[in-house]
Amino acid sequence: MIIRILGEGQFDVAEHTVEALNGIDNELQVAVDSNDEVGFREALRSLLALVREVGERVPDDYLGPSELVLPNADATIEEVRALLGEEGLIPG
Amino acid sequence: MAGLMKRMSLIFKAKANKVMDRAEDPRETLDYSYTKQLELLQKVRRGVADVATSRKRLELQVQQLQQQSDKLDGQARAALAQGREDLAREALTRKSGLQGQISDLQTQHASLQAEEEKLTLASQRLQAKVDAFRTKKETIKATYTAAEAQTKIGEAFSGISEEMGDVGMAIQRAEDKTQSLQARAGAIDELLASGALDDQTGTSKDDIQLELDRMASTNDVELELAKMKGEISGGAAPQAIEGASTTNQTAPAPATPAEAQHPEGSS
Repeated sequence: MIIRILGEGQFDVAEHTVEALNGIDNELQVAVDSNDEVGFREALRSLLALVREVGERVPDDYLGPSELVLPNADATIEEVRALLGEEGLIPG
Repeated sequence: MAGLMKRMSLIFKAKANKVMDRAEDPRETLDYSYTKQLELLQKVRRGVADVATSRKRLELQVQQLQQQSDKLDGQARAALAQGREDLAREALTRKSGLQGQISDLQTQHASLQAEEEKLTLASQRLQAKVDAFRTKKETIKATYTAAEAQTKIGEAFSGISEEMGDVGMAIQRAEDKTQSLQARAGAIDELLASGALDDQTGTSKDDIQLELDRMASTNDVELELAKMKGEISGGAAPQAIEGASTTNQTAPAPATPAEAQHPEGSS
């Protein structure tokens, strides 16, 4: 499964690790919903670390989209919320 | 409810679909998108250059501030050597202020450097994808009808669209970061230019330097005085002659109380 980390590119992650990712993803979602910046940072950090660790970098010339997209490492809740709320934020 | 990662990917897909839906002939979308891709590539390269410029400006400022700091250190030592602890304290206080600014700038420098690396990599990724897209686009245009093209370009288009969205946002973040740094860098340039921090040419002097110079010139005067005194007392004969004429006139006066005291002290 292809996962994109914003600002870093795409990673190919084996299906069997997706469950672990989903667990942290839920924490991330809860943190965003409850505006818990500390929890958000913590969950984002572990999630990014895990994807980088278990994922394989996708070749640069791969043209397909990603099944999952992760915020950039220095993203704030505010930015993530704005992104989810309005696709107009994405240029191009 | 979908997790955050899924929701974010859907946002990108929705964006891509919107662009696709706008075109009557999807093959036109390919050309339009390709033009956009080239524009974005230019923008990323400019972004990398802008960040590099900001980074170099910071490096120069750190260098200038460090020179100031070294100079203050030297002044503190000079002041201390002359027993002026107050002046040394003032110089060290200013040095500590500068060190704070330097370490702040160094942090910013590290962050800009990271930004530059990220953008450089993003530019490489985008370049590779744009090249791949161009090949795919030409194949699709040559091989398929408009109706067939629709299904053929879906994946490639949403893939490149996602990449463009990602890179576009990265560029925006880098711009925001350099802009906020520009203002602070400008303030430091002004400070450096104003002479509040002595400039490198050494033409304008700060008050600590003035005080040290004053002390140095006072010392010079004292040294010269001492030297002169030495010369004068070294040539004992002329002093004796000159002194003799005066002591001759004044000698009787002090002699009297001395003589008057002696008998009292001895009795």
